[in-house]
Amino acid sequence: MHGTRILDEADRLMTVCNSCRYCEGLCAVFPAMEMRRAFSDGDLNYLANLCHGCGACYVDCQFSPPHEFNVNVPQTLAIARAESYAAYAWPQALSGAFARNGLVISIVAALSMAAFILGFAALNDRSVLFGVHTGPGAFYRLMPHNAMAALFSAAFLYAIFALVMSVRAFWRDIGPPIGGRADGGSIFQAMRDAGELRYLHGGGVGCYNEDDKPTDRRKLFHHLTFYGFLLCFAATSVATLYHYLLGREAPYPWWDLPVVLGTLGGIGLVIGPIGLFAAKMRRDPALLDEQRYGMDVGFIAMLLLTGFTGMLLLLLRETAAMGPLLALHLGAVFALFITMPYGKFVHGIYRFAALVRYAQERRGEAGS
Amino acid sequence: MSSKYDVLVIGGGNAALCAAISARRGGASVLVLEGAPKFYRGGNTRHTRNMRCAHDAATEILTGPYTEEEFWEDLLRVTGGQTDEVLARHMIRESKDILNWIVEQGVRWQPSLGGTLSLGRTNSFFLGGGRAMLNALYLTAEKLGVEVEYDAQVTDLVIEDGMFLAARLKRPIKGDTEICATSLVAAAGGFEANIEWLKQYWGEAADNFLIRGTPYNRGSILKMLLAKGVQEVGDPTQCHAVAIDARAPKFDGGIITRHDSVVFGIVVNKHAQRFYDEGEDIWPKRYAIWGRLVAAQPDQIAYIIFDSTVVTSFMPTLFPPIAGQTVAELAGKLELDPAALEKTITEFNAAVQPGTFDHTILDDCRTEGITPQKTHWARRIETPPYLAYPVRPGITFTYLGTRVTREARMLMADGKPSANMFAAGEIMAGNVLGKGYAAGMGMTIGSVFGRIAGREAARHAKN
Repeated sequence: MHGTRILDEADRLMTVCNSCRYCEGLCAVFPAMEMRRAFSDGDLNYLANLCHGCGACYVDCQFSPPHEFNVNVPQTLAIARAESYAAYAWPQALSGAFARNGLVISIVAALSMAAFILGFAALNDRSVLFGVHTGPGAFYRLMPHNAMAALFSAAFLYAIFALVMSVRAFWRDIGPPIGGRADGGSIFQAMRDAGELRYLHGGGVGCYNEDDKPTDRRKLFHHLTFYGFLLCFAATSVATLYHYLLGREAPYPWWDLPVVLGTLGGIGLVIGPIGLFAAKMRRDPALLDEQRYGMDVGFIAMLLLTGFTGMLLLLLRETAAMGPLLALHLGAVFALFITMPYGKFVHGIYRFAALVRYAQERRGEAGS
Repeated sequence: MSSKYDVLVIGGGNAALCAAISARRGGASVLVLEGAPKFYRGGNTRHTRNMRCAHDAATEILTGPYTEEEFWEDLLRVTGGQTDEVLARHMIRESKDILNWIVEQGVRWQPSLGGTLSLGRTNSFFLGGGRAMLNALYLTAEKLGVEVEYDAQVTDLVIEDGMFLAARLKRPIKGDTEICATSLVAAAGGFEANIEWLKQYWGEAADNFLIRGTPYNRGSILKMLLAKGVQEVGDPTQCHAVAIDARAPKFDGGIITRHDSVVFGIVVNKHAQRFYDEGEDIWPKRYAIWGRLVAAQPDQIAYIIFDSTVVTSFMPTLFPPIAGQTVAELAGKLELDPAALEKTITEFNAAVQPGTFDHTILDDCRTEGITPQKTHWARRIETPPYLAYPVRPGITFTYLGTRVTREARMLMADGKPSANMFAAGEIMAGNVLGKGYAAGMGMTIGSVFGRIAGREAARHAKN
């Protein structure tokens, strides 16, 4: 028996699947399962985070509902995965944030954006807030660069620290790799597997979402979202280097690197989340962890909000709307940062860790 | 109300879909009538995982060549010669091209699954298993314009002078109807789920059989065809039967209820007596004989008994073994006579000769002085906990069928070929398999004769 009902169910399913093994060619979950005969809580959380939710094993399974064996691996692992986020959250006192995550994310986002608006209004003269600012340093007339950098660095560093503590707990819980070896090659392999979403492919034919046809486009939308996010992050990083190394202040002209990166990333961060949200709405309820609907949608909404306010700011930065839009955008980004360890963002971190563990086990197996 | 098609396919498994696709590609309009609801479509194909095809060279997924001659020799060996050589050789020749043809229909291959390395050279595995294979065939068929109706209960076939005219269909919602077609492909499987029919040959023992596939494999089409003058083939008592866990559901437990641990212990009946050499032969032969052996025991129940030293020697099982710290405790849990089981195990242990255990070959670990002997892999059962799996006969499929020609055309009882009736898959497997079985042959029969039947049925309809 395990700590939770869902881990008991995951254990039951892995026992069924381990005596069948028809799905071993579909993804990483089943080969990892085959390396084990019994499953600890950590093993099950590892498998749950290794699952990308492509849905192929559900469509291909002769024992999926309505069969009495009731084998629904994607849904069970989705629920186990979400529960693992709470189980490993740091500090544990905040793990409750996962229980009503949509609400928590909405409140934090609303408070954050309200705080920036009020802060801008309180600290700036009305003529400055609604003024037209152009040229280098335009943004910093509303919020000094050092204040901005200090606030966002603090939020970002906190998020990183909390994430590191969480994934450390996960890594310890899943135990040493079965016959594996820890080396740089495994990390490189996991980066490739995560970067191309190797296991979101239904065994090669495509993923399943709304029905039994492999027509799902989530992989494309996830790429747009993920690489959009990375491009935006790169834009901010380049801008920071410009500021400190070259002494060049934002805003930059449209053709300059930070703006080009941010624009491309922003487009991804708008289209990607919308596509993922549409897919979520169409998803077969049998595959969905409906309890975690708020968490999924909350994260999608946060990314969309960040991308959307950023794009709007770019378009209207030379108008009187710049001040309020900057407040909204900074509020959104700040909320995104501080909720990172307590929302769907963590899925990427745990999945990456699981992929590293899987790569270690596979390399160990191949080497033995 | 009635409707008219060039080709009517009755059945919804591998053979039926191969026939439907091949007929549609031959230019025919095609209707598929599947008796099961959509989830349970496909009969036994749902539970399959590979197909045995001849090939002259290794491929991406097959480790080496498997020639037509070698396939033929394997078939000859497992059937003990009870096969139609012309038909079987034709099937084996055609199987070579099926490896590619089936991929063109959307099915994907993968190397042999973990735990099945012995099949890596001869058998191609379906990526995702049999249901994935079915899904691919259905998708292709629907894209080509094949119509499919589920829950389709055929109540009668109108056949005159060996000529199919129409099928009557009972439809609770849309209303009964008659479907006319220029050609018929019967690919509706055997009668393994029809316990009453099994009882005709097995008596009351059939009540204790577990059926590995869906409850929809009732053989109603086979029965109608035989009643309307189609020539019968195959021994009605012959079936593919393996020992499966007695705790499995009555129907559709599929592959995961099987036990492959016989060689690692002993097998006793309800009187705690051994009844057959557990070490006679290596997989898969040993696998396919135990269903019939258990069927011949009182109450059709037996127990595989082993000890804690071998639990990791075979694949993990769906149902955990029943355990006892002593033989008597285990016997109590199995409701066997403790004294009898202790005596059987003590005598067995005393008869075990020294040897070097190797489960991959016919090793030299054997017993002496007991009957029946265990001729290989015999090791003492002495390290608690003592463990057991209860097993019953698990019926996979039956061999009674309709006789066909090389064109998959049914032969009538008077020896004349039918003008427009074809058969494929399990419903005609008895032509090739008089008895015995080798892994993956059912799917070969289904795909090869399905493709042929569809092609010939379309040719007849378009002439």
